Amino acid sequence: MNISPVLISIRTSIVSICITFVLGLMVAKAVAAIRRPWIKGLLDGLCTLPMVLPPTVAGFFLLYLFGVKRPIGQFLLDYFGVKIAFSWEATVLAAFVLSFPLMYRSARGALQQVDSSLLDAARTLGRSEMWVFFRVELPLALPGVMSGAVLAFARGLGEFGATAMIAGNIQGRTRTLPLAIYSAVAGGDLESAQDYVLILLGVSLLVVLGMGSLSGNRRSLRRRGEG
Amino acid sequence: MGLGVDIRRKLKGFSLDAAFSIEDGVLGILGASGSGKSMMLRSVAGIDQPTEGRIELSGRVLYDSSRGIHLRPQNRRVGYLFQHYALFPHMTVAENISCALPRDHRRAKVDMLMGRFQLRGLEKRYPSQLSGGQQQRVAVARCVAAEPEALLLDEPFSALDAGMREQMQLELQAMLRDYGGPVVLVTHDQREAYRLCGRLAVFEAGRCIAKGNTKELFTRPGLVQVARLTGCRNISPARPLGGKKLLALDWGVELITDRPVPGDVTAVGIREERWVHAEGLGAVNRFIISYLERFEEMDAHSARVLLSDQPGAASLRVRLPRRTQLPDALCVAPEDVLPLRGEV
Repeated sequence: MNISPVLISIRTSIVSICITFVLGLMVAKAVAAIRRPWIKGLLDGLCTLPMVLPPTVAGFFLLYLFGVKRPIGQFLLDYFGVKIAFSWEATVLAAFVLSFPLMYRSARGALQQVDSSLLDAARTLGRSEMWVFFRVELPLALPGVMSGAVLAFARGLGEFGATAMIAGNIQGRTRTLPLAIYSAVAGGDLESAQDYVLILLGVSLLVVLGMGSLSGNRRSLRRRGEG
Repeated sequence: MGLGVDIRRKLKGFSLDAAFSIEDGVLGILGASGSGKSMMLRSVAGIDQPTEGRIELSGRVLYDSSRGIHLRPQNRRVGYLFQHYALFPHMTVAENISCALPRDHRRAKVDMLMGRFQLRGLEKRYPSQLSGGQQQRVAVARCVAAEPEALLLDEPFSALDAGMREQMQLELQAMLRDYGGPVVLVTHDQREAYRLCGRLAVFEAGRCIAKGNTKELFTRPGLVQVARLTGCRNISPARPLGGKKLLALDWGVELITDRPVPGDVTAVGIREERWVHAEGLGAVNRFIISYLERFEEMDAHSARVLLSDQPGAASLRVRLPRRTQLPDALCVAPEDVLPLRGEV
């Protein structure tokens, strides 16, 4: 078994979950604050879209935007000398885009559940918006936010279709675990494929356990909240 | 000085038009639910933005639509006691209170407030581990900790059961006496308004329809809506008959008031507890009655009675001190016959 897909997958999923977590939370907060219903609906749909698109279609769009001859890809290459398509960064991009909706939707739902009078109370007590968010809103929404993050992490780790489209399947550079499983099976190396599968299975079990303990937390928080 | 409010808010199907001012003491805002009381309070705190108008507190402009001023709630120094207290469920009692305090001397101030509001020993509890009354004390302590220049209380007793409500009303009354600034208390409960508020503004459908001294508004409501909101349950359309007389059309009887009845009076109200056994009193407003229903209660008899045997006469409620026999005749003093204007 070649260890490089494991390392690439770990790096990709960790970097992408960090980006997804922060951006998902920020966008969820921003969209919730929009007053006009049609703009809100539009942004909400746009942020959810990658979840319902077939991953290869999402990958096709990514290639369409970030390809070397395409507008964003050209711009990045000309001004920053960064080539996204078929680089390791593309695996992060694909994992981020496909996992973002899960984080966004969970965060939005969790933030919406927080009783707005608690936030108003903190404001009338003279507390800054930053304080209100980090000390009241986020802690109360945390169980939902964290379960969104766990789902998003799992989605990013398992990402195959879009990654294959925009990052390719380059041994040692963009071949993540799911792609390595595919390649190994295609090449008749079932033994390696089995090892990769066992690793992903282990991580998935950990994710499920993580989700379970989070929902346990949520219950105890609710108990504290309601009495 | 004091709090001055003059705001309008237009929404689909509802408009709020509120104007009042208060120097110190407690102003009650009495109205049915949906009359715009809470929206008005939220506008003063800065949580809601009115469409236009002006709000001033101790000489500072909090909101002025003509000058584009809309201070954030953080900068208003207005304390707001939420209906369900809005205590932070993930923080202990001490943490909840210290939220409202500046960093220096925080611990000493929390300790002082815990003592003042009888919360000693509960520092480490979470809000859900407290009784309703204790929760309210924490909320009031937190509110006062921020040293607001005005206090807004939104239905402060509605989340409490009857026994605790009375106790907390007494406590809050004592606290409000110590607090020097203006207090606005929103309620739909006329007893609460009568007990706690020196002055009263009565709201209906987003408008202030009456304001003045609370006791005066209760003894002379003047308007049908005000009479209703202050707890007068017997109201009949009426016609002035000249002098101090008027004819109660639903009840089919003539009534005498203590003052000449103005020509524009359209109704008459009599509070159920103002009827008395017609022994000692003279012949004024004395009626031989017939009982439709009676309920025996712990402290009183309440009943529905007819004042006349005219066909089609409507009944009214009476509430009499408990005695072995219900009287055959009742009377009401002229000053308890309330001439009212407005539609019934």
